[in-house]
Amino acid sequence: MHLPIKLTACAVLAFTTAATAQEVTVASWGGSYQDAQSKAMFQPTAKELGITVKEATLSGLADIRLQVRSGAVEWDVVDLGATDCAIGAREGLFEKLDYSVIDAQGIDDKMVKDHWIGVIYYSTVPAWNTATVKDGPQSWADFWNVKDFPGDRSLRNRPQVMLEMALLADGVAPKDLYPLDVDRAFAKIEELKPDIATWWESGAQSVQLAKDGEIDMIAAWDGRLSAAIADKAAIDFTYNEGLLNADCLAVPKGAPNKELAMKAIAKFVSPEQQATLTQHISYGPVNVRAFETGLIPEEAQGKINTFPANLEKQIVVDAEWWGENGNRMRERWDSMIQR
Amino acid sequence: MHDMTAPQGGHALNRKELAADERREKRQILGLSLPAAAIILVLLVIPVGWLFALSFVSNGEIGLANYTRMIEYSAYLSIFSTTILISLFVTLLCIVLGYPVAYLLGQMPPRLATIGLAFVIIPFWTSILVRTYAWLVILQRQGIVNDALIGIGLIDEPLRLAHNLTGTVIGMTHVMLPFLVLPLYATVRNIDGDLMRAANNMGASPARAFRDVFLPLSMPGLIAGSLLVFILCLGFYVTPQILGGGRVIMVSMKIQQNVQTYFDWGAGSALGVVLLLIVFAIFYLVHRLAGLDRIFAR
Repeated sequence: MHLPIKLTACAVLAFTTAATAQEVTVASWGGSYQDAQSKAMFQPTAKELGITVKEATLSGLADIRLQVRSGAVEWDVVDLGATDCAIGAREGLFEKLDYSVIDAQGIDDKMVKDHWIGVIYYSTVPAWNTATVKDGPQSWADFWNVKDFPGDRSLRNRPQVMLEMALLADGVAPKDLYPLDVDRAFAKIEELKPDIATWWESGAQSVQLAKDGEIDMIAAWDGRLSAAIADKAAIDFTYNEGLLNADCLAVPKGAPNKELAMKAIAKFVSPEQQATLTQHISYGPVNVRAFETGLIPEEAQGKINTFPANLEKQIVVDAEWWGENGNRMRERWDSMIQR
Repeated sequence: MHDMTAPQGGHALNRKELAADERREKRQILGLSLPAAAIILVLLVIPVGWLFALSFVSNGEIGLANYTRMIEYSAYLSIFSTTILISLFVTLLCIVLGYPVAYLLGQMPPRLATIGLAFVIIPFWTSILVRTYAWLVILQRQGIVNDALIGIGLIDEPLRLAHNLTGTVIGMTHVMLPFLVLPLYATVRNIDGDLMRAANNMGASPARAFRDVFLPLSMPGLIAGSLLVFILCLGFYVTPQILGGGRVIMVSMKIQQNVQTYFDWGAGSALGVVLLLIVFAIFYLVHRLAGLDRIFAR
């Protein structure tokens, strides 16, 4: 009686093990970002390696923590914010990356770590509403200069990147930024506080504020600003002193297909796939060799945040510093906002 | 003798019967309320107990870390005081705005009152999110109010009505108003109009009659409505999040932040526990001052 069931179970088991040997599961953020990744990275990788790439969506580090701690790891590669990667690495949630398989040449050292590697760049830049502001701020010092650049401001309601910005505005040289002089940064933010009309929460809100003229100047993300400008919003921004931050890839500890995951990551950060991604979404490749592949049309290059001419104006955010200090800064930030 | 024992024995028998009857009824009531008690146990008591237990766990270790954090950072104290002050202020505004409405509805003929009541309830059926965004559109820098005021030359610079405390309080008051008007109306409707007329006959001015007769009689509805508003306000999330401009942080928002920041339910639970204790303390205080059992019994 039970034999057929057992047999089927065995067959299913055998089938799944056979299948898992040839597949890798990648979890990312869904939406247009994952669509772009799927077209530029996941599908081509499946074809090139002759494997199946299964896709899943995640909502943050908490998902990975749950899988790793409960010993039921389903994902082989995960896409996270770089600060989350730094935190996860400290908590021992990731496998060590195999750099004999992954070629990190062309990627900034700050984005190449034992347990994670950067995958795309987004940049936080000074932007302004062109209807209410004639000459926009060209640096964070200008952004803080309320006398020569009058108007309402908006900053993101998070300490990440905002502290860097404040220090740059206060005259700290980019190379001396880290470790952050926290007291000095908070003091500088207090200085601008009366002129901040809104502390924005979501990316969509930041663009809305700028577009509707609710504020005159804003520190926001280049990808969304570019999209709004393409939609003819009265917004402009500069890459001067833009702060580059990254999404990263990591392999959760105990991932079922660890070796294959390394090979997949190697493909995802390769110059070719990095270049292809920019055709589907306006995020910058972490691998600067993407610009040498000839896959990015010349006219599109200047608009990408990691295009060498843009890159040299910007500063890369140190995710490790935030991994170490993020929670402490968040509490202090909230206290500052409340006062 | 015989005559005396017979009724006595009958009386005792009767009492026994009565007691048995009472026990049966008690069992019945107990049986009937069992499902409700079970629901409360499963949906309320166990989760709250679980919440309480979790609040003592931080990063897998048992301890007071989630509570000491609240003392360590000044933000928590101000978040709790902001939450309570906003809730108090919104409750007060609701009383000021809602009492006349309930009073008026109470005086109207029933048919008209029903129509009036519909106007109170209709916004109640609209999503809070929609109403809150509507307020954002109305109050923002280039919103209707500012455009109108600048248009008629009353102000030169737009007023800062949204993205701050002002916007939050306006939005919350709007959302909360029906919660005050409805219980208050139920009480006011049942106040006998003859009592006011009698007071007038006795020579009381309308103001005096209102103060000495109507107001005390409407108290149960007013206190019930105010408590409802106040306690619902303590847990508000959407409105301060959208209209507060990041400046107004209430407890519920901090709970969400803590779960995000620490990836740890305990960090949020501890805040929930403290908020719950505050609500209990306030209930107790009101009870001592006004006698809740008497209010709700009436």
